[in-house]
Amino acid sequence: MVNKKIVVLEDVTVKYGDAIVLKDANLSVYEHDFLGIIGPNGGGKTTILKLMLGLIKPTKGSALLYGETPEKNRSLIGYVPQYSHFDRDFPASVWDTVMMGRLAPKKCFKKFDENDKKIVCDALKTVDIFNLRDRQISCLSGGQLQRVLVARALASEPKILLLDEPTASIDGRVESSFYELLAKLKKNMAIILVSHNVGAISIYVDKIACVNQTIYYHDDKEIRSEDIAKIYKCPVELIAHGVAHRVLEAHEPKGKKRNNI
Amino acid sequence: MIELLQYDFMKYALIAGIFASIACGIIGTYIVSKRIVFLSGGISHAAFGGIGLGYFLGISPLLGAVGFSIVFALLLGTASMKMKQREDTTIGVMWSFGMALGILFIYLTPGYAPDLMSYLFGSILTVSAFEILLILGLDAIIITVVALLYKEFFAICFDEEFAKVRGVPVEKIYLILLCLIALSVVILIRIVGVILVIAMLSIPAAISGKYTHNLKNIMFLSCFLGAVFMILGLGLSYAFDLPSGATIILVSVLGFLIGNIDTKYYRKLKI
Repeated sequence: MVNKKIVVLEDVTVKYGDAIVLKDANLSVYEHDFLGIIGPNGGGKTTILKLMLGLIKPTKGSALLYGETPEKNRSLIGYVPQYSHFDRDFPASVWDTVMMGRLAPKKCFKKFDENDKKIVCDALKTVDIFNLRDRQISCLSGGQLQRVLVARALASEPKILLLDEPTASIDGRVESSFYELLAKLKKNMAIILVSHNVGAISIYVDKIACVNQTIYYHDDKEIRSEDIAKIYKCPVELIAHGVAHRVLEAHEPKGKKRNNI
Repeated sequence: MIELLQYDFMKYALIAGIFASIACGIIGTYIVSKRIVFLSGGISHAAFGGIGLGYFLGISPLLGAVGFSIVFALLLGTASMKMKQREDTTIGVMWSFGMALGILFIYLTPGYAPDLMSYLFGSILTVSAFEILLILGLDAIIITVVALLYKEFFAICFDEEFAKVRGVPVEKIYLILLCLIALSVVILIRIVGVILVIAMLSIPAAISGKYTHNLKNIMFLSCFLGAVFMILGLGLSYAFDLPSGATIILVSVLGFLIGNIDTKYYRKLKI
């Protein structure tokens, strides 16, 4: 079977007022891709996710999700929003939160049924937090809350998992177990992940796109040094394709791991 | 105190207070957790325009307030979603617009508006049987709609963006919630008045939120606290011959302070 294009951005320009966030950006994502989108803060990473979700419309160009407008097909996306976007003091339990993944237009005025509950149980088990189901979200650690958000996305039985800076608030050890979870999930769905943390995502993702106003993407894991120089305007560590670890290009000695670029 | 209940006005006042606390408990919980206290203040002050219109047309000012507060809730909601203007600015404008209209209508009404003050500052002791029925009817609407749309209201208060991605008609649900706020405002106008409504919508839910983190429990606890404040305030206002609306609010504020001191104390104990 031919690998199907599931997300297509074509010559997309997005402006907020006069500020251009994305300019003539192109991107195709295929089924079973595990794509990392990297770039500096304010470079347009989150904008790309919002385009895919139909939460913003391109000023110019088009965004398609499974060949249709994102508004029409966005129920196929499991969305994991940025952690900081979240009101942690809101009176909600883990169970209530994950149940939100089962919301659907045709379920208005109805109660969640047994099938919904079963799917939520499975989602909680997949991310290994079934034992926390009655906890209030205000009592969770950063890593646990991140898993709750993934479970909520999985409860929508998505074909694409979309994550916005999923590891921004968790420490290194928890972070690697989180990526292992994603590696497990990628068997069943495409995963698109946004991060400003190049080092961390490079080990796990299969493809990397660099974004700063425009998208540098070659449908592989290679980041060409000229792309990096363009998006960050300084030399940074590079990732070579075909190897399972980071390869650092020799430049000024700034330590092995640079977390926040 | 018991012999007070022989008086009809006292019975009516108690019944009205208890039924009103149902609305303020349920809707107040949403207002506090979605952080739209100021917006609700805008709706309640705009309702004054409806009271003025009621006088002008010679109908029950409370019915005028129902219509007006719903129209203003819808206007405010739509404006805050569609207009590029900052939300608090829009609220401030609508807030004074409604009040100005009310003053104008009352000025244009021939004669003199006898119980205008009771709409501004509440007058639970003069609640009529008709108004109790109105409060009861509005309570029934609020409870029914919240029961039907509980999970949608939860979703838009908690994470509007995610709800939107899941295909929940976020804007419509939000407008329905604002209409329910408008109805609660009308209920509370008779009790504490246009100007003090916002305290009854926010204080019980704010206290409850400190003691339980479950949305339904917060609702139940807020209803209970609201009723306690109403009854205590009513009793004190009768005993010391004070204005009832203001006394109820002062009792609530006192409860708010005690509630806050207490949790800090508990937290220290835990550490």
